[in-house]
Amino acid sequence: MSALVESRNLKKYFKTGGGALHAVDDISFTLDEGKTLGVVGESGCGKTTLGRTIIHLLEPTDGQVFFEGTDITKPSKQELITLRENMQIIFQDPYSSLNPRMSVSESITEPLMLQGKLDKQAIRAEVRQLMETVGIAERFENSYPHELDGGRRQRIGIARALALRPKFIVCDEPVSALDVSIQAQIINLMLDLQEERGLAYMFVTHDLSVVKYISDDILVMYLGQMVEKAPSDELFQNPLHPYTKALLSAIPVPDIHNRKKRIIMQGEITSPINPKPGCRFMARCQHVSKECHAPQLQEEASANHFVACCKYKDIL
Amino acid sequence: MTDNLLEIRDLAVEYHTDDAVVHAVNGVNLSVKRGETIGLVGETGAGKTTIARSILRILQTPPAKFCGGEILYNGQDIMTLSEREMRKIRGNKIAMIFQDPMTALNPIEKVGFQIAEAIKLHNKITKPEAERRACDMLETVGIPMERYNEYPHQFSGGMKQRVVIAMALACNPELLLADEPTTALDVTIQAQVLEMMQSLREKFGASVVLITHDLGVVADSCDSVAVIYAGEIAEYGTAEHIFDHPAHPYTVGLFNSLPKLNSTERRLKPIKGLMPDPMNLPKGCKFCDRCQNATDRCAEAPPGVVEVSPGHLVKCVLAGRGDA
Amino acid sequence: MQEQKVRKKKSRISEVWRQLKKNKIAVISLWVIVFVVLVAIFAPLLAPYSYEQQDRTDPFAPPSVKHLLGTDKMGRDVFSRLIWGSRQSLQIGAVSTAISAIVGIMIGAIAGYYGGWLDNLLMRLLDIYQSIPMFLLCVTFAAVLGPSLRNAVIAIGISMVPGFARLMRASILSIREMEYVEAAKSINASGGRIIRKHIIPNAISPLIVSITMGVGSSALAGAGLSFIGLGVQPPIPEWGGMISDARSIMRAHGELALYPGICVIITVLAFNLLGDGLRDALDPRLKN
Repeated sequence: MSALVESRNLKKYFKTGGGALHAVDDISFTLDEGKTLGVVGESGCGKTTLGRTIIHLLEPTDGQVFFEGTDITKPSKQELITLRENMQIIFQDPYSSLNPRMSVSESITEPLMLQGKLDKQAIRAEVRQLMETVGIAERFENSYPHELDGGRRQRIGIARALALRPKFIVCDEPVSALDVSIQAQIINLMLDLQEERGLAYMFVTHDLSVVKYISDDILVMYLGQMVEKAPSDELFQNPLHPYTKALLSAIPVPDIHNRKKRIIMQGEITSPINPKPGCRFMARCQHVSKECHAPQLQEEASANHFVACCKYKDIL
Repeated sequence: MTDNLLEIRDLAVEYHTDDAVVHAVNGVNLSVKRGETIGLVGETGAGKTTIARSILRILQTPPAKFCGGEILYNGQDIMTLSEREMRKIRGNKIAMIFQDPMTALNPIEKVGFQIAEAIKLHNKITKPEAERRACDMLETVGIPMERYNEYPHQFSGGMKQRVVIAMALACNPELLLADEPTTALDVTIQAQVLEMMQSLREKFGASVVLITHDLGVVADSCDSVAVIYAGEIAEYGTAEHIFDHPAHPYTVGLFNSLPKLNSTERRLKPIKGLMPDPMNLPKGCKFCDRCQNATDRCAEAPPGVVEVSPGHLVKCVLAGRGDA
Repeated sequence: MQEQKVRKKKSRISEVWRQLKKNKIAVISLWVIVFVVLVAIFAPLLAPYSYEQQDRTDPFAPPSVKHLLGTDKMGRDVFSRLIWGSRQSLQIGAVSTAISAIVGIMIGAIAGYYGGWLDNLLMRLLDIYQSIPMFLLCVTFAAVLGPSLRNAVIAIGISMVPGFARLMRASILSIREMEYVEAAKSINASGGRIIRKHIIPNAISPLIVSITMGVGSSALAGAGLSFIGLGVQPPIPEWGGMISDARSIMRAHGELALYPGICVIITVLAFNLLGDGLRDALDPRLKN
């Protein structure tokens, strides 16, 4: 059986004045139905671009994307339409992801109306159903986004993404803009939906505690490249790449008796424009040596645990 | 002189708009000892930033309006000072670090110059002297002084926040108000900045009021904690009190909402509902709509403050009965 | 939770009106504009005399019951001419703004949405165009086409195109990057639908404001053209032309320049203040 979503050597470069910005550089992964892939990295590492490229909101520069085994890298117009019914996106900012001039029900109605499979009556019923599913009271159906709080807006965004009954949803930092108590509500909602509908998520975030909680596999990105990929528990117990280690040690833990010794990174982030072929983390890494100047190959350190660092064995 | 550098008593602040009154801060009591770091934790709109801005008296009035209470700084009520006296304190004795380092720096001035300006403003020293001290400050926050003549856009986000911190510390303030200083930064950069603030605090001996929504950051660097909810302090105590024996249902709920790194449960335990509308606060306990243990009593009258153990104050009628 | 009624859907216009009502100056301005428009429409009924009826025996008459504001050098009733004059000023303002807004919005929308070389080409052309002073352009147009009301309208209209085009383009550029536009793309909305439903409604607010103000400023430009004799031709009264007529006799009968001057100022000011008020009222984020 083939995976639901597969990315093979996917690349997305942007042209800039100074050269090509390597936003996504050679990323491969597979994602099965009902599973969650967490994509972690710091701002500017290309994680958002990766999500957008997978669902074809951006054209990939190179590489391939497969959905249910078919190559969808260069879809025809008709293919793209079916594709988008199967692949949806939830955005980070519940303030800019909703059209301020459209009411709650209009926003949720739009995808169904554009799909054109249901009549007006059925759409109306479906919208009500969706609102109930994501927990928005019916009395808000004529409210406008600016009248609602962040949590409710994000629920609308989720309802809109669910409307076409997709199999795969890219979640682009869906809870980063929310307060913790609301964040927990939304995460639970997303987990419920996953169980009910067998959804696959690609969960893009910079928040490591959230990603640990929600993901089956985690892919760590640094400046467009994958530095490490492993099952969630394995990654947290046994991080191999020096960047992953520093990242994990930097998570502030809400526990006063367990103040960890942090790995404080020095140095500045390398520019993603026309990067050199060697390891991109080199400038901030404590363990640099000569071999790091060569391109870093991915190695399967243990089952399903991939790392792109030539020195990972030496720095345990 | 008391050992409390700052004491806030019954502070109340409202915002008046055309149609409504927003009750942003409703009777907050707080004290900051010398050399202490206190964390103000709470969600968006809880009133944390309003409290910090009241201390510096930089709230726009109107729409903001002080409705009572006093803020004692070294035993002197800040509210009664003239604007001129206030200017001597602001930036000199009390400094503030803002959330967004991008907007806190002037984009068209060299960073070194901006720090030197801050120093010159409050000290009668010559220009070369101020420049020399600005260089020292840059080195202190870990920026090589060769970058004195660079402009803010040439710095990364974390570096900018360091410059902002250097500026805040330039006059050796006694009190530092840090309003979400690391929220806009990546975790690895956040770790750097928190580490640096910690060592600077030890070096300069300043008291810090750290405003954040991140309990992890609080656990990391605070001696005592005030949990703010709907403009009130729900729970107040040392970090041990709050983290080991949280007594207010809101604090407990906050901890439960966090995804834990070592947990295997498949669901989080969120707090149900939303924070009350600050234009229309409930007359009883502000948290009672969302509280699982709420009784009729909670909805009727605001709860008093209970001291569950010495120095650990909880604004909940159920606190200390072991069932909260 | 208590049973609460489904919120009534509020129409956009009633919502804007609710916001606008808070701004007293804007409401007064709106009434002034409504008043001027009504005067222009009902000029034949309101004016006691025709604008060209001369009373040669009674030039420069002081205000009296017979002539409310007196008469001019040809003995024409000033009050009647002011009333008739409102028609020309409003026509110039409204029609020329309509021309420039329609053309400008189209150019701006195309440049902003499609971007690339088309955007570059259109914007550079506008750059060149804008380096010619607006008034000079009007004068040239009027001189080439011959002075008349119609040509003044065209000249002013054309000269105001770049402003609207730039505003529309800027507005579209910022909205094109919003996540809800991406969201619309991800649910298979067509390009046309995205422009119509998602971009234009959100881009239009600043334009409504500047269209409102545009009416005022083009009315002013019209008065200016008439003043130098390139706009509305006598005997048809136009406020700018009336000031021009009174120029030579300013010392003795300054009031003849003053009355139309006040009319121009009040009308233009009303449009500008209304535009200011609309700016606040149209922003959905400023509510409450």
